[in-house]
Amino acid sequence: MPIPELVQTHAGSVSRVTLGATKEQGGTRTHTVTIGGAASVVYGGLPEKAGDRPLIAMDVLDTRPDDWPESLSQSFDDVMDSPGKWAAKCVECGADLICLVFDGIHPDKGDKTAADAVAATREVLGAVGVPLILWGCENADKDNQVMPKVSEAAKGENCLIGIVEQDNYKAITAVALADGHNLITGAPLDINIGKQVNILVTDMGFPAERIVTYQSTGALGYGIEYAYSIGERQRLAALSGDKMMAMPAICNVGFEAWRAKEAKLADAPGWGDVAARGPMWEATTAICLLQAGADIIRLRHPKSVAIVKNFIDEIW
Amino acid sequence: MILIGERINGMFTDVKQAIAEKNEKVIQDLARRQTEAGAKYLDVNVGTAAADQEGTIKWLVETIQKTCSTGLCLDSQKPAVIAAGLSVMNTENGGILNSTPLNKKSDEDVLDKYLDMADSAGPGVGVITLTMDKNGVPQDTDTRVAIAAEIVQKAMERGFDPQRLYIDPIILPVKVPNAQSQPGNILNAIEQIKYLAEPSPHITMGLSNLSQGTNERSLINRVFLAMAISRGMDSAIVEVLDKQLMDVVATSEMLMDKQIYSDSFLKVYSTT
Repeated sequence: MPIPELVQTHAGSVSRVTLGATKEQGGTRTHTVTIGGAASVVYGGLPEKAGDRPLIAMDVLDTRPDDWPESLSQSFDDVMDSPGKWAAKCVECGADLICLVFDGIHPDKGDKTAADAVAATREVLGAVGVPLILWGCENADKDNQVMPKVSEAAKGENCLIGIVEQDNYKAITAVALADGHNLITGAPLDINIGKQVNILVTDMGFPAERIVTYQSTGALGYGIEYAYSIGERQRLAALSGDKMMAMPAICNVGFEAWRAKEAKLADAPGWGDVAARGPMWEATTAICLLQAGADIIRLRHPKSVAIVKNFIDEIW
Repeated sequence: MILIGERINGMFTDVKQAIAEKNEKVIQDLARRQTEAGAKYLDVNVGTAAADQEGTIKWLVETIQKTCSTGLCLDSQKPAVIAAGLSVMNTENGGILNSTPLNKKSDEDVLDKYLDMADSAGPGVGVITLTMDKNGVPQDTDTRVAIAAEIVQKAMERGFDPQRLYIDPIILPVKVPNAQSQPGNILNAIEQIKYLAEPSPHITMGLSNLSQGTNERSLINRVFLAMAISRGMDSAIVEVLDKQLMDVVATSEMLMDKQIYSDSFLKVYSTT
């Protein structure tokens, strides 16, 4: 009896999401990018089933951060007061996308106004040609107040906006729908809630194929295994044909990795040079989550961007 | 779960009448409603509704395909009737040929005939094979599994992908005298048939047969469906218009970790 050829086929695949809009498409981006499309497990199938290459989004904050360690902030010290210049520098470092994070609107971190957020958005849109991610401060009330204005300011640019969560999704979903953006649905490392949020926003009429999912990311040493297993499970569900789990995924690696003391503590004899240690912590977290199926990785340090991009080049 | 809608069958009076009157609307309505309810395939069985079975199955296939691109499950014990249906079936939609035993006294090569027809129809067309041979329907677990093993081996020897095989361990009415041990035997058989190939063949059954003549048809069907799914059955010919039964499918698959739980899991259950 001949040995049968074993090729595992899957009923489903990860949906594809295109971000950005060029002038012809009603926006001002120089190009668009597309993520998703995988029809196999990560690095586990035929190359043509791997889907689109994962992308790096670099964080640009709307306000100068006061909690970044020097080993991280020194790369951007000269541009941190200008989101536009900061974004331009990130693009020079190889960012595929800019993730504009509105930390400064948080009531405890500056309580900036919607007008400030809109100004930052316009500045970044004017400074770079890559597509944008618009990320709120994760304070529900303030995001609901400010993000609709941000969304409107970027109307036509086909941004990725978020995040919406199980108990707070209506306002931002409605504006993303009205302004033609893509949406990030978030959950606190809980795949069941992640699926539920996707159902809730699609019930509002938001197209499933314009959603990117986000699960609170765990950094290396700080729960990465939970983030990894959720990513893996989400991919397997997508492959099995679960339409409410078939969205591409984004991970917030930069924020989480740079919270780890191993990444930022300068005075740590025996741990090695902090200038190399921090970016390695961030890059290692990113590379691990890429293997769980992440489609967009948010990063902060130019060195880790270079390491992760090199990894993607090598393996993709 | 690969669900096959059972309703387009000449045994049902509305279908029988529609066939007699060539009433396309009744058939198309059933096709559409079963598709919307989650049927991946639609069973098409002339039953006893017409003397001209070949002509009638052609009419049914053409009538359904006018409004619906759901895959069809051509249902007849006669290869000539299947061939007639296949001759007009759009095989790009996929399909299943339903069904053949391992062999018959009157036709030793009946399985080959069905596999030949599926092969000529293309790789999207599968075959439902019954765990039955020329000696009839086995009453125990072991004979069912042994026949299934012969079917799988035969398919693999001729290069027929086991994933195109649907093994049907044949559920008989529980009300028939001395038949009450059969559901248990079938559950045991399902568990073993799964391991006959890797990836395993699909396992299906004509579920409604179980409750023939009983007073609690839907309940009996639903409970046994849950039990069979828990043992590894991944397909069934069922009444997909029975909402309670479909909720049992969704819940069973969720409990078996085939679908990720969410608070709205019943609403979004998709049969794939």
